[in-house]
Amino acid sequence: MLRFFFLRLGRAALTVALVVTFAFVVLRLSGDPALIIMSVDAPPEAIAAFRKAWGLDDPIWLQYLRYFSAIGQGELGQSMRDGRPALELVAERIPATLALTLPALALKLGIGIPAGIYASLHRDSLIDRIVMVTAVAGFTVPSFVLGLVLVLIFSVQLGWLPSGGQESWRHAILPVLTLGIGGAAVLARFTRSAMLEVLGQSYIRTASAKGVPWPAVVRGHALPNAAVPTVTIVGFMVGSLIAGAVVVESVFSWPGVGRLLVVSVANRDLAIVQCILLLVAITMVSANLIVDLLYGVLDPRLRSGAKAGAH
Amino acid sequence: MSTVLDRFGTVADPLVEINGLTVAFDGVKVLHGIDLSVARGEAVGLVGESGCGKSVTWLAALGLLPKKASVSGNVRLGSTELIDAEPDVLDTVRGGRIAMIFQDPASALNPVLRLGKQVGEALALHGGLSGAAIRAEARRLFDLVGIPDAARRLDAFPHELSGGQNQRVMIAMALAGKPDLLVADEPTTALDATIQAQILELLTKIRRETDMALVLISHDLGVISQTCDRVCVMYAGRIIETAEAQSLFDTPLHPYTQGLIAALPPLEGVRRRLDPIEGNVPEPWNLPPGCAFAPRCPRRGEACDAGVPPLAWKAPGRFAACIKALQAEPVRPREPVYA
Ligand SMILES: Nc1ncnc2c1ncn2[C@@H]1O[C@H](COP(=O)(O)OP(=O)(O)OP(=O)(O)O)[C@@H](O)[C@H]1O
Ligand code: SF4
Ligand SMILES: [Mg+2]
Repeated sequence: MLRFFFLRLGRAALTVALVVTFAFVVLRLSGDPALIIMSVDAPPEAIAAFRKAWGLDDPIWLQYLRYFSAIGQGELGQSMRDGRPALELVAERIPATLALTLPALALKLGIGIPAGIYASLHRDSLIDRIVMVTAVAGFTVPSFVLGLVLVLIFSVQLGWLPSGGQESWRHAILPVLTLGIGGAAVLARFTRSAMLEVLGQSYIRTASAKGVPWPAVVRGHALPNAAVPTVTIVGFMVGSLIAGAVVVESVFSWPGVGRLLVVSVANRDLAIVQCILLLVAITMVSANLIVDLLYGVLDPRLRSGAKAGAH
Repeated sequence: MSTVLDRFGTVADPLVEINGLTVAFDGVKVLHGIDLSVARGEAVGLVGESGCGKSVTWLAALGLLPKKASVSGNVRLGSTELIDAEPDVLDTVRGGRIAMIFQDPASALNPVLRLGKQVGEALALHGGLSGAAIRAEARRLFDLVGIPDAARRLDAFPHELSGGQNQRVMIAMALAGKPDLLVADEPTTALDATIQAQILELLTKIRRETDMALVLISHDLGVISQTCDRVCVMYAGRIIETAEAQSLFDTPLHPYTQGLIAALPPLEGVRRRLDPIEGNVPEPWNLPPGCAFAPRCPRRGEACDAGVPPLAWKAPGRFAACIKALQAEPVRPREPVYA
């Protein structure tokens, strides 16, 4: 088990390294930060000095090595715009993002899972149909469209809620709904299909055949099995707690990490972009790691499979 | 023990009596009125090719079919009617009075629950046991069905055991409620030959020791012959022949049964050519107008298409659904019971 854990940990670290490398390459190839950060008509000497200061004239592999060893020492660089440490700038924004994504996650779990279970148990009922239609809609409608529709209804038409900004908790309602509805729909669909798959299995019939009352069959036999695939998608949702709000933060001008990312990309503020990507990669990979370990807890077959794999 | 059928094809004082059981899926009938009774302590074999309705018969009797199945007819256990019974009635019958085990033990056991818990659940439901008593009794059952190292196996998961071991667990689970009848639906089909023989032996031993009735479902007459007193042969959703096992093997009356027996590998000595019945079972939505076996029947005549031959008395204790099986000689001549 321990060996399995370290193997997974190593793989997680490798994934983060790959993401960071990828981000580095793409960012350096996609434009010259000096030209964007200094205005285009800045004097050539100023641009040259900027390039020298940030090491932009060095060969790309040298920049890469330098960047990587800096990360290794926990040094994530400074914003090219205002010179403050990138990590500090990003960390400032995390609470605002979590203020949207955590309630949204609660909404997804609180609505999506029960709705999916209910739909699977009452297959083809009215509620099942509603869940399925909503799920398909939630799956296909992009979040900025949903956000705009909600703004149109609740801000413009009804005037109940503010359409943007971060002044009070009321400002969070629409963005949280925008994030939560789609996710709840996706989760409901996954839970439903996981449950249907499990309910069709022979061991469910065995449980009924030995006289277990149906509610106990669902609770004691179906749910523990359906939890395995459901955990995957929940893990993905937890992994996107930081990165999942980019679009919604922009639509609702919410000053979180996502908006900082959009602005920094536009500005070619490489240190910040890289810092955010690193953070995102770490959350994703950690969520993945937790999911992997949870698999082992939930499904004994995977537990011993992992053991066998590690020997 | 051998049980004589009266002239209506019913055992005296039946434990379970099925009358006119029909099942349809999405409007397609797959069971066309099954009449079948099982006496206390009797071992009945239910045999027939894949898809003839063996499993559906007993799943319907226990209310275990999916909702889309429409079931009619009667299944009586003593004075209790099981068709359309309330859930709590079914829950006490299932596992408590009639237990059922299935073909593929690996998928019939819950993969994420420990075996001891799965067996213990039945003990808690039907034995009124709790706590340490459950574990002790589960252990006794594991010993009874011949699972080595029982104490440790209680904490194992299904994937850690072989198919044969898992089927033993299923049997232990079925015995937990001390049922009057065990329905074993192809309990050995997924297992290899040696294990198959061991499981059949185990079932026979348990029956001897507990006086529990057994319905053994199989498409293998050989398996049935080793284990059962009486045999019901099914074809396309109907019982087409029923008789005591020995007479059925000695003088099969229905051409389908004759075909099944001809297809059996010889048990000992004499080499015999294997004669599998040609053709396929008709689809339930595309049955012939008369006898369902007609398209494959070597003795088919024009009259066979006129109507479905009923399961009729042919000789004492012998019933067949074939219009040409009239002249059959009873194996052990005996005074007809109604004479
Ligand atoms: N859940 C279901 N939905 C639709 N049709 C079904 C269902 N279960 C069984 N059937 C149909 O009912 C008929 C009888 O099936 P059943 O499972 O009883 O056959 P069987 O005699 O047990 O065969 P096997 O030896 O393959 O187990 C078949 O035609 C089958 O396709
Ligand atoms: S009724 Fe006719 S077709 Fe059917 S089994 Fe008898 S002889 Fe064959
Ligand atoms: Mg079957």
